[in-house]
Amino acid sequence: MARIAIDPVTRIEGHLRIEATVEGGKVVDAWSSSTMFRGFEIILKDRDPRDAWLFCQRICGVCTTVHALASVRAVENALGITIPDNARLIRNIIAAIQFVQDHVIHFYHLHGLDWIDVVSALKADPAKTASVAQSISDWPNSGAALFAAVQKRVKGLVDGGQLGPFANAYWGHPAYKLPPEVNLLGVAHYLQALEWQREVIKVHALLGSKNPHLQTYLVGGVAKPVDPNSQNALNADGIALMNQAARQAIDFVSKVYLPDLMAVAAVYKEWAGYGAGVGNFMTYGEFPNDSRSNSANLLMPRGIIMGQDLTRVLPVDQQKVTEQVTHSWYDYKEGDGKAKHPWEGETAPRYTGPKPPYEFLATDAKYSWLKTPRYADAPMEVGPLARVLVAYAAGHKRAKELVDSALAQLKAGPAALFSTLGRVAARGIETLLIAEAIPGWIGELSANMMQKGDLRIHEGEKWEPATWPAEAKGYGLHDAPRGALGHWVSIANGKITNYQAVVPSTWNLSPRDAKGVRGPVEAALIGTPVADPKQPLEILRTVHSFDPCMACAVHVVDTRGRTIAATKGA
Amino acid sequence: MASDTLFDALIEHDISRRDFIKFCTAMAAALGLSAGTVPRIAHALQTKKKPILLWLEMQSCTGDTEALLRATKPTAAELVLDVLSLDYSETIMAAAGHQAEKLLADLVKNHKGAYFAAVEGSIPVKDGGIHCCIGGRSGLEIAREVCGNALATFAMGTCACFGGIPHASPNPTGAVGVKEAFPNATVLNLAGCPVNAENITAAIVHYLTFGSLPAVDAFGRPLFAFGKRIHDNCERRAHFDAGQYTRQWGDDGHRRGWCMYYMGCKGPQAYQNCPTVRYNGGTSWPVGSGHGCVACAAPNFWDEMTPFYRRLPQPFGITVETTADKVGLTVTAVTLGGILLHAIARMVKHHTRPKGEAAQGAKPQEKTEWKGPSWHE
Repeated sequence: MARIAIDPVTRIEGHLRIEATVEGGKVVDAWSSSTMFRGFEIILKDRDPRDAWLFCQRICGVCTTVHALASVRAVENALGITIPDNARLIRNIIAAIQFVQDHVIHFYHLHGLDWIDVVSALKADPAKTASVAQSISDWPNSGAALFAAVQKRVKGLVDGGQLGPFANAYWGHPAYKLPPEVNLLGVAHYLQALEWQREVIKVHALLGSKNPHLQTYLVGGVAKPVDPNSQNALNADGIALMNQAARQAIDFVSKVYLPDLMAVAAVYKEWAGYGAGVGNFMTYGEFPNDSRSNSANLLMPRGIIMGQDLTRVLPVDQQKVTEQVTHSWYDYKEGDGKAKHPWEGETAPRYTGPKPPYEFLATDAKYSWLKTPRYADAPMEVGPLARVLVAYAAGHKRAKELVDSALAQLKAGPAALFSTLGRVAARGIETLLIAEAIPGWIGELSANMMQKGDLRIHEGEKWEPATWPAEAKGYGLHDAPRGALGHWVSIANGKITNYQAVVPSTWNLSPRDAKGVRGPVEAALIGTPVADPKQPLEILRTVHSFDPCMACAVHVVDTRGRTIAATKGA
Repeated sequence: MASDTLFDALIEHDISRRDFIKFCTAMAAALGLSAGTVPRIAHALQTKKKPILLWLEMQSCTGDTEALLRATKPTAAELVLDVLSLDYSETIMAAAGHQAEKLLADLVKNHKGAYFAAVEGSIPVKDGGIHCCIGGRSGLEIAREVCGNALATFAMGTCACFGGIPHASPNPTGAVGVKEAFPNATVLNLAGCPVNAENITAAIVHYLTFGSLPAVDAFGRPLFAFGKRIHDNCERRAHFDAGQYTRQWGDDGHRRGWCMYYMGCKGPQAYQNCPTVRYNGGTSWPVGSGHGCVACAAPNFWDEMTPFYRRLPQPFGITVETTADKVGLTVTAVTLGGILLHAIARMVKHHTRPKGEAAQGAKPQEKTEWKGPSWHE
């Protein structure tokens, strides 16, 4: 029996440590730990709630739009603000572009190198790679000369002894199974995706000034003016640019990302048998069709699936969300086993882990900066698989088409979805579904401003704090690329008194709860094969399938946490 | 063939000689140099070996790595594979766990004093640095070793420069910027939230061309990117001068691109090249898209520029010739009212005070204090 630690887990956002016990070539137990803490939501105390989104946005620069959106939704919910239709559409377009860009980067640049052996690509025949590429897609950039150039570039790195980001990885590991030709295809698309993402994200700069960290949200709407007769506002030129980007997005996802995903999945089919996790799935749903606060009228439906039961979609009640700190480096006044709703959240960080440098964490005690979120006391997986399963079970037409087509290609049934591979496939499927929705929103926005003459982008009636009630509290839900995100805010006399975020990666990467029940990633790792404990490539495959984002996940948001203020300057 | 120099690398993947000169010209422009320096830049890039860059993430949001991926001149792939050899970056690198740790240890040992470091995110120093651990070691120790042995360290983004958002009051983890954590390290502050990718490239090319770091202001920021005030280069400046202001979000003035001063724009207090360089391949920048500037490259902007939507006091006595250093002195001299101007004056006082001594008679009134020493001399 071997105890191993993977730290840093790379190709994710932030600082994640996985410890695992390996016996008989399989993982028999696992612990997920976040090792970085900023405590910066405490900083929100006494701030202007209209500023909160700018602070929250900096929780994460990868998920750069998501906390901003959840934050303005929470404050709008507290103050009873309904945003104009144009603001809803601009927010939808920004969020959708975020999904598409983020998922493509995840597939090629974060997760891809777990499946694609870069060094093996040197052995490929570029002409054969071209014929493979042309057999799976009509994407035009698939000539032998292009693949030969990519191969030459990789060879240059290897021969020069400067592999850069590809140095010292698990190349040649027996778990890599793709033929050299497909590996070369993967490397070529790694580079093409890097170019593509830079272009498609320009929609964020157009609507929100820059990416990362767009500067356009407002409590009550957005700051991007729309006016077909102004050169300083979104006009026909901007609409044309967005339409072009939407086409580029749909093209790349349908002709590069999804065909590559299916080609990789076909070779790694056994990964439909690993990484099932907790079997409970939750999504808040996303892309509202109307402007009501936390509207349930959504492109991708809100709902819960329990125990892998696809025959029933249960409703979501935000009151049932709680957090525990039994295994987290925090104290609760009423005892660490207590489960607290975010509005009653409490924060007193107290690190009790080993003094660095250390070899292993004391996983029987507290072992992470992440709290443990639960829904009605149950662990929930959130993210693309949750969204796609809920949509599939709810009978969403396009989701059903795409899922059934993928399953048919892999000659598998719906049970295959509850796996590492299912998570990878769901991410690709929803990327296309979401990309396909973008032109519709651009069309509505265009019709509003050009035909209806509706140029409203902001509801200003409650902009000034003098118009607010003495006390208010609210919540904002957003299903982000990595899953269900909720912000809860309390406001008194124009200032924030309490702010809390319960974040996708906190749901997925949480440590055990008071009863010792594992979090989704910890559970998914049980049974994962490990050919060589010194090169735990297989563990990374399952961990990466959740697309962890640790800066997001460590949130300390109860602004009444006096302990922190008291120890300031220590 | 191995690509020994940047030029070889660019040629190898079909970048023409003409494109290469265009790239050098763009770099000269970004650095504010005359066209006569283009051959010198070209020569430097053709003769220098690909430098190693080790990119550390501390209390970061990874927004600066994401910014790097948006680079256009050269592109991210060229930067990461060809211009530089990005040998350590937890977000991008293939290796993980022990293999990643070994890679870093070997690189620092074998290339001591010859590699560049980049740091993203603030460094927590409270309680021995337990608020950020990587591979079982504190980020503080890792950064001390990597930055201490580097040729130079680029502090990427406002958190690495000045502590940024984790440093904002009440700074629960004792978060500081690189220079404050390691006063003896050679550090260039590429501020911004996040850093503008074009400024990363320009700083690196400056070093490769001239063999030294660019001139900096009182806050250790290169003058080529932080030497001018946003307000003076703003495309909406004429509307400010003409008294044409946006008064409500989406009103006629907002749609016509009028000045954002009354909406809380901090452009009159901010030094950065956003209006000219812009972001995402020159697509836009905050004021250009209808939202005020928040002065994200300024130390302590989270405390001293908030609330973001409250308008600044009228900025008197500042001209286009002013730099961040001179503003502080001007403000100190005439003791203007207004808490924001006061805040900048206070920072400059801190900057100019004798190292290690408390500023005499200038007790900080804010909840946090900036303790950066005067390192640019």
